Amino acid sequence: MDAKTYCLYVLVMAGVTYLIRAIPLTLFQRKLNSPFIRSFLYYVPYAVLGAMTFPDVFTSAGAPAPSLLGTAAALLLAWRGKSMVVVALGACAAALCASLVLMLI
Amino acid sequence: MGKAAFRRGLGHGVPIALGYLSVAFAFGIQAAGGGLTPLQAVLISMTNLTSAGQVAGLSLMVAGAPLYEMALTQLVINLRYALMSLSLSQRLDAGMTTPWRALLAFGNTDEIFAVASSQPGEIGRAYLTGLICLPYVGWAGGTLLGAAAGALLPVLLTDALGIAIYGMFLAVILPPARSRRSVRLVVVAAAVMSCILRYAPAFSSISGGFSIILCAVSAAALGAWRFPVREAE
Repeated sequence: MDAKTYCLYVLVMAGVTYLIRAIPLTLFQRKLNSPFIRSFLYYVPYAVLGAMTFPDVFTSAGAPAPSLLGTAAALLLAWRGKSMVVVALGACAAALCASLVLMLI
Repeated sequence: MGKAAFRRGLGHGVPIALGYLSVAFAFGIQAAGGGLTPLQAVLISMTNLTSAGQVAGLSLMVAGAPLYEMALTQLVINLRYALMSLSLSQRLDAGMTTPWRALLAFGNTDEIFAVASSQPGEIGRAYLTGLICLPYVGWAGGTLLGAAAGALLPVLLTDALGIAIYGMFLAVILPPARSRRSVRLVVVAAAVMSCILRYAPAFSSISGGFSIILCAVSAAALGAWRFPVREAE
């Protein structure tokens, strides 16, 4: 791919992505009044993350067994209120262990 | 005050940066596999700062897709950020003038949004700037490492790193879901709907990005209807 084509692609990608983020953030500077809208926006983070995590987490570490074991570890650690680093690394470690065991048997 | 908030933001950005390092590493490997130079790969990460959008964009680039297809794909995959920006816009303090909003909007990723929203009270520019710094470096640095040296790392390790980002998401949503029935309902509804959209053959034509929007809007609306939030919260 030549430099000009590459630059055009990156420009379109970056431009569209930036505008999606910037327009709502700069446009809505006042607090919205509707209790429903306020409640809706309050729940958005949880809803977005719930939808992004499932079902993708089940296939996130390559083969099924490492992914599922990693998921179980993450669920357990997060449920117990461990910090983000601990949960993330714990899930990686569990997935890695499962992969190693799979390789040996 | 600004300094302390900035430093607090930096600290909260550390786990995100670690997660990004590994995810961007995978993206770097993919970009190199598609024939991009390390510099080209890093430039995409530095100007886009979005995982799913970049992965999709990369494959379109490599395939030589028309520009309008690139624009449409980014719009659909990344439209969820509009929802997050709207949600975040309601939480910012008075110091967030229009130029600051325009600047920091660039760093509104899934993870930064998740951590920023989980903070009590209003969000200021010092905190948000601090929060964005390290993840940005991690994202760009991970891409560079992956594109330049990814092939040196065993697949076993790169595979295991793939789950890091989801572990982070779970760490954000599970504790409040455990203690509050309303959040639990929203999370479970979003997760179940997302699985149905993914696995039910009838919905196979719905793209990943659009599915997230559908699930998030439905689940958040369900929460707002069943458990309206009072002002104090």
